[in-house]
Amino acid sequence: MAYSVRKDSPELPDFSLLKRLARDQLIYLLEQLPGRKDLFIEADLMSPLDRIANVTTLKQHDVDKLYKVEYKPIVSTSDQLCFLIRPRIQTVKWICDVVNADKAAGKFRRYKIIFTPQKFYVCDTALEEQGIFGDVTTDEWAFYLLPLDDDIISLELPEFFRDNFLEGDQRWVRTAGSALHLLHSLYGPFSKVYGIGRCSKMAYESWREQIEEGEQRARHAEIGNVFLIDRDVDFVTPLCSQVVYEGLVDDIFKIKCGCVEFGADVISSDKSIKVMLNAQDKVFDEIRNEHFSNVFGFLSQKAKNLQTAYDKRRGMDIKQMKTFVSEELKGLKQEHRLLSLHIGASEAMMKKKTKQDFQDLLKTEHSLLEGFQIRECISFIEEHINRQVSMIESLRLLCLLSLTENGLLPKDYRSLKAQFLQSYGVDHLLTFANLRQLGLLVEQQPGETLTAMESKVGKLVNDRTAGKLTDAFSSLAKKSNFRALSRRLNLVPKSDEEYDLRVPRDMAYIFSGAYVPLSCKLIEQVLERDGWTGLDEVTRLLNGHEFAVTGNNGADLKAKNDVQRIILVMFLGGCTFSEISALRFLGKEKGYKFIVVTTAVTNSARLLEAMLDNHV
Amino acid sequence: MAFITATWNPLGEAFYRKVELYEMSWSLRDGLRDCLVAAAPYGGPIALLKGPHRRSPSVRPQLDIYSAAGASMASLTWKSGPVVQLGWTVSDELLCIQEDGTVLVYDLSGEFKRHFSMGQELVQSQVVEAKVFHSPYGTGVAVVTASSRFTLATNIDDLKLRRLPEVPGLQGAPSCWAVLTQDRQTKVLLASGADLFILDSTSCLAVSPPGLSVPCSSFVNMAVSFSYKYLALVTDTGHLWTGTANLQEKLSEVDTKIRSPPKHIVWCRRPKSQQPSVVLMFEQLLLVAGVCNDTIQFPLDEESVCVAELDGVRIVGPTRHHLLQEVPLVCDDIFRIASMSPGALLLEAHKEYQKSSQKADEYLREIKEQSMLGEAVRQCVEAAGHEHDPDTQKALLRAASFGKCFLTNFSPEHFVSVCRDLRVLNAVRDPAVGIPLTHTQYKQMTVQVLIDRLVYRQLYPLAVEICRYLKTPEYQGVSRILKHWACCKVQQKSQSDDVIVMAVSARLADVPGISYSHIASKAYQCGRTELAIKLLDYEARSGEQVPLLLKMKRSQLALSKAIESGDTDLVYTVVSYLKNEMNRGDFFMTLRNQPVAASLYRKFCKLQEQETLKDLYNQDDDHQELANYYVTASYREKRLESRLSLLQSAVDEYNKAKNEFAAKATEEDMRLLRFQRKLDDEKGAELLGLSLQATMEALLASGLHKQAEHLYRDFKVPDKRYWWLKLRSLAEKEEWEELEKFSKSKKSPIGYLPFVEVCIKRQNKYEAKKYISKVTPEHKVKAHLAVGDLEGAAEAAIERRSEAELGAVLSRCSTSTDRLLIDRLNRAKMAAAKK
Repeated sequence: MAYSVRKDSPELPDFSLLKRLARDQLIYLLEQLPGRKDLFIEADLMSPLDRIANVTTLKQHDVDKLYKVEYKPIVSTSDQLCFLIRPRIQTVKWICDVVNADKAAGKFRRYKIIFTPQKFYVCDTALEEQGIFGDVTTDEWAFYLLPLDDDIISLELPEFFRDNFLEGDQRWVRTAGSALHLLHSLYGPFSKVYGIGRCSKMAYESWREQIEEGEQRARHAEIGNVFLIDRDVDFVTPLCSQVVYEGLVDDIFKIKCGCVEFGADVISSDKSIKVMLNAQDKVFDEIRNEHFSNVFGFLSQKAKNLQTAYDKRRGMDIKQMKTFVSEELKGLKQEHRLLSLHIGASEAMMKKKTKQDFQDLLKTEHSLLEGFQIRECISFIEEHINRQVSMIESLRLLCLLSLTENGLLPKDYRSLKAQFLQSYGVDHLLTFANLRQLGLLVEQQPGETLTAMESKVGKLVNDRTAGKLTDAFSSLAKKSNFRALSRRLNLVPKSDEEYDLRVPRDMAYIFSGAYVPLSCKLIEQVLERDGWTGLDEVTRLLNGHEFAVTGNNGADLKAKNDVQRIILVMFLGGCTFSEISALRFLGKEKGYKFIVVTTAVTNSARLLEAMLDNHV
Repeated sequence: MAFITATWNPLGEAFYRKVELYEMSWSLRDGLRDCLVAAAPYGGPIALLKGPHRRSPSVRPQLDIYSAAGASMASLTWKSGPVVQLGWTVSDELLCIQEDGTVLVYDLSGEFKRHFSMGQELVQSQVVEAKVFHSPYGTGVAVVTASSRFTLATNIDDLKLRRLPEVPGLQGAPSCWAVLTQDRQTKVLLASGADLFILDSTSCLAVSPPGLSVPCSSFVNMAVSFSYKYLALVTDTGHLWTGTANLQEKLSEVDTKIRSPPKHIVWCRRPKSQQPSVVLMFEQLLLVAGVCNDTIQFPLDEESVCVAELDGVRIVGPTRHHLLQEVPLVCDDIFRIASMSPGALLLEAHKEYQKSSQKADEYLREIKEQSMLGEAVRQCVEAAGHEHDPDTQKALLRAASFGKCFLTNFSPEHFVSVCRDLRVLNAVRDPAVGIPLTHTQYKQMTVQVLIDRLVYRQLYPLAVEICRYLKTPEYQGVSRILKHWACCKVQQKSQSDDVIVMAVSARLADVPGISYSHIASKAYQCGRTELAIKLLDYEARSGEQVPLLLKMKRSQLALSKAIESGDTDLVYTVVSYLKNEMNRGDFFMTLRNQPVAASLYRKFCKLQEQETLKDLYNQDDDHQELANYYVTASYREKRLESRLSLLQSAVDEYNKAKNEFAAKATEEDMRLLRFQRKLDDEKGAELLGLSLQATMEALLASGLHKQAEHLYRDFKVPDKRYWWLKLRSLAEKEEWEELEKFSKSKKSPIGYLPFVEVCIKRQNKYEAKKYISKVTPEHKVKAHLAVGDLEGAAEAAIERRSEAELGAVLSRCSTSTDRLLIDRLNRAKMAAAKK
């Protein structure tokens, strides 16, 4: 709308190829088990699978019935069972139970397990332990990447975050490397790779290794540069309330695999409907990146336009009417339908979000980001906990407080924790242990900080061991340093200036002008400087692990200027829709096109729910 | 060039020539007499077993391996059993087939590699004859026993023995036999007297050669052509019958007029042969019998051996090594006396040109008139390929190059490739190398195989040079050679580990596609573990290092390498290996030093072996995690007693971890659980497992105020929280009297605005109004607005002179009904603004 759009933005590559590849491979795998078969699909693979191959396609390839994996005994009459699952021990064990039950009942069937995107060694071990290793055949479906939209590709691995950052289980790193390798082989060669974070570095190395193993073909590159970033580099951004339309829809209605379910509060009927949210939806495409306060005005303007278009009918002669009906009416009807949906959604959001509570919440968040009136914020959080408004929201505020303030004072830490436990039960001791380990919610360390200690240790021993030591300490001493970073990168604009949300001047608009997301700011800075030079202090504050590597095809670097402006950003551990919006804004400003690859689209609720331990 | 044709002998339409390849550099005292000889095709090595029948331990047979030029490559004394037959495999391995059916495999340097048996029954029945044959499936071996039982193995690298059926009525050994490969099946053709049989895996079929005119009483020898397409049979009457190997067609029948059976009989033909022939070797006579019934006779002054080749026959004698072949058509065209073929003219033209004679022009004109110059060049190039003498090659190539000058649009590719090929061929034909390949053979066997053969001979520098010269891609060429070199290098026992590592790494440093792990595993196989480990350090892919390290029982090192690789599957592999190999204590200690592995293992235990997890934390004295473990475990427990005991353990551990906060919280939880249990028992309240807040809520909801109060005091619940809770609970149940009582019990820690709000939430304006007076001034306006009392709100706002609040009230006023109020407010607002 009001962006100063650069006209020469390069075209995005076509990612539907990824879907085709995945579908062809799946069909190939299904046909490895000839004859009719029942297919059991892991619950969280249902939606991604639907985007790759729908039921009709599956049925065409001899799939008889489809079931969701529910960890219950099965009721299938087919003599061939195929399981399409993530490589999780729990699911493998369930399959073992199924097979063993069949054995006990003297039933003979053929079983095939298709792991996606890859099989892990432990899966085989589990099969072996349960004594059914010889009874099943296994395969891998290399379905790494699901294009959710023109510029969003997801690995659909929400567990990446917890596994990697909390449990120190690096099994997915190689997956990320393989995903990158796939993109590289289809759309590369990339000319530059930047990154920050330990996991990014490992993913990068895994990718390099895979390149060296495979053959290289000279191709016309479609993606120029790559930026890898760990989620734990910036926890503040995903923990802030989202106020851009798409983010809000995700926070309130939960977007799942690019699809949202609108209930009775949005549409007038009782039955809920599922709506795909992507660039194909023209109305949505225009408002998805807008600050929520603009959306309503925009939609009503749109409605008026629509009315005028409809009104054209009046005073038409038969011939004109005929062309109107055949050419425009369908489009208008479609637009009408979408418009009413989004108006409904915005109304529902309005109801929730213009309430005093929400305004207070936002105010508190902004104060925290600014580092202003902290006492008031703490009492607000306290009240929030006491009144049991929402557990996840309380946790979110606590974490934001800790992140921005570099930990809580011991007194506050204890009292807030005690209150929280009283409200929500003592089992959250484990949640707090997890949050502490991840550095999301910590107590301020009196005296010498661990970072200082580390640097001393680092001087004594060589780099490699220091790296290992740092890793060992990092969980204990994940220091946020948010305040210093915010100053250095100018993340929080001066509050005395009026911020016109209709004409955003920087990425801060996604948080009502209160905060420029750290992750996106880093990307902007690195691209601007073509590396990390001059950001030494920043990377030190972020615990280092930054890198910038120029690819080996330096010769045609200048020639394809357009490709250089297509940048792939990979978030390891998930990213939010707000961040995507911010990057789209940055792209329009600077003439870049960003492609966001993420292990999963996340938000504050998903991030924190992953920290709860009650699901173990 | 008359001398070139001097060695040509006419045979029907074609000519045959016998070219000397080498003067043998070996010195054999007794020639080839009393020797088993095996010479591999494609200019391969020659193996010689002297005195194979010597049995006494004092005089053992002597096995020697020579290059085709007679240079010794290995020499050893034969100490195993009596050998029936020697033979070479396609990968230059020597097969020594013993009487008892055992086949011993040696490499080119005389190193014993392995052995296999052609069947246990042969130990009894003894092999009398054996043949080594080559087919598309690899190298095969066929043996026959004294009782005429055949056993076949088509590919010795994938040994599958086939025992062929018995031949009915055959007594004793067959008079002669040969192996045929037809229709993807390997069969044996055998002659017993005048009867011929074809044996395949299931049946025995009697056959007879079509059109054999002279009756004979027995076949004395037979030969199958190199391509298994043609068959030659020699009868006791001295007749030679030739035909197709499927015995469907007869080619010719020649009367050799020699009654004694030939010692060797070999087909001599080339692809697109004009005049195929069979070479028969008798004592002191070599007879070439063409299909055209013509013959050539060469006197033979020494005992020799024939080696069938793709395009001729090599004759290896004690002093000389010849190649007998049909003169290729192009050579024939060019060099035949008085030939007027374009190639011949071009060669002549060039000769004249070198003499600066104008005749050169005449010849050229002559060719050009027939517009055959292109053909002439092509002929010269092709003929050059077939010539062995470098001078002849040069003359032909120069002529071709000369002719090329007068042509436009002539593709140089053929010329260039023949030049390259010849350069390579001349290099390998050198007596020092001794691989006398013809151009046709070279094309058939490909460069890759040639490189392999050079590598087997350890001629690494030459192989590398050839690869570089031919610009073979590194992965297929240089890297492969150097890998082989390195594998060979690590077996040199005399050199120290460091020297070898230095040499290998220096040489392989910038060669792509080298697998150090492969080299290291070779070193390990030779028992040099230390060397293997040092070599593995150079392996870039950790995935390759780990399995070998585990095999060498260097598990610690394997673990660190696996972790470095970032591949969790590898780490798991090592961890599960360690788990089985080590005792528990050592295993945990190992994990302790490897945080990545430890966290992976913990994850695994969480899902698979909860108990192990506890041990793991115990070992590490990680009281915090141990306590967390107990807490987690407690939630899985259904019975309260066990749950409490687990929580007690958690408390102990928290205390040990100096986490007083958590200890206290857990203790309180236990207290709460007991309290809930008591109430559940007494009142059936179903509280167990609820949080403190939820418990209080439930208590208040079911009217158990006293108990709630008890919890409130006992657990030091903050006043604010309790007030909020009670307030909401009372309003929920609409116990307005209770609420009022509560509001008066003491000064509200949360103010009175919430009271107003909860009442309004239940739509009870009447009750709400009761509390308005108690609301603090700063919240008054809000409170009034909440109950919808505009007047009151206005009043309060005006009193407070707050612009914002005035505005808030104003926004709620409607212009139609509240005129007066609006005016008043506006005035107050202006006044406030002025101030």
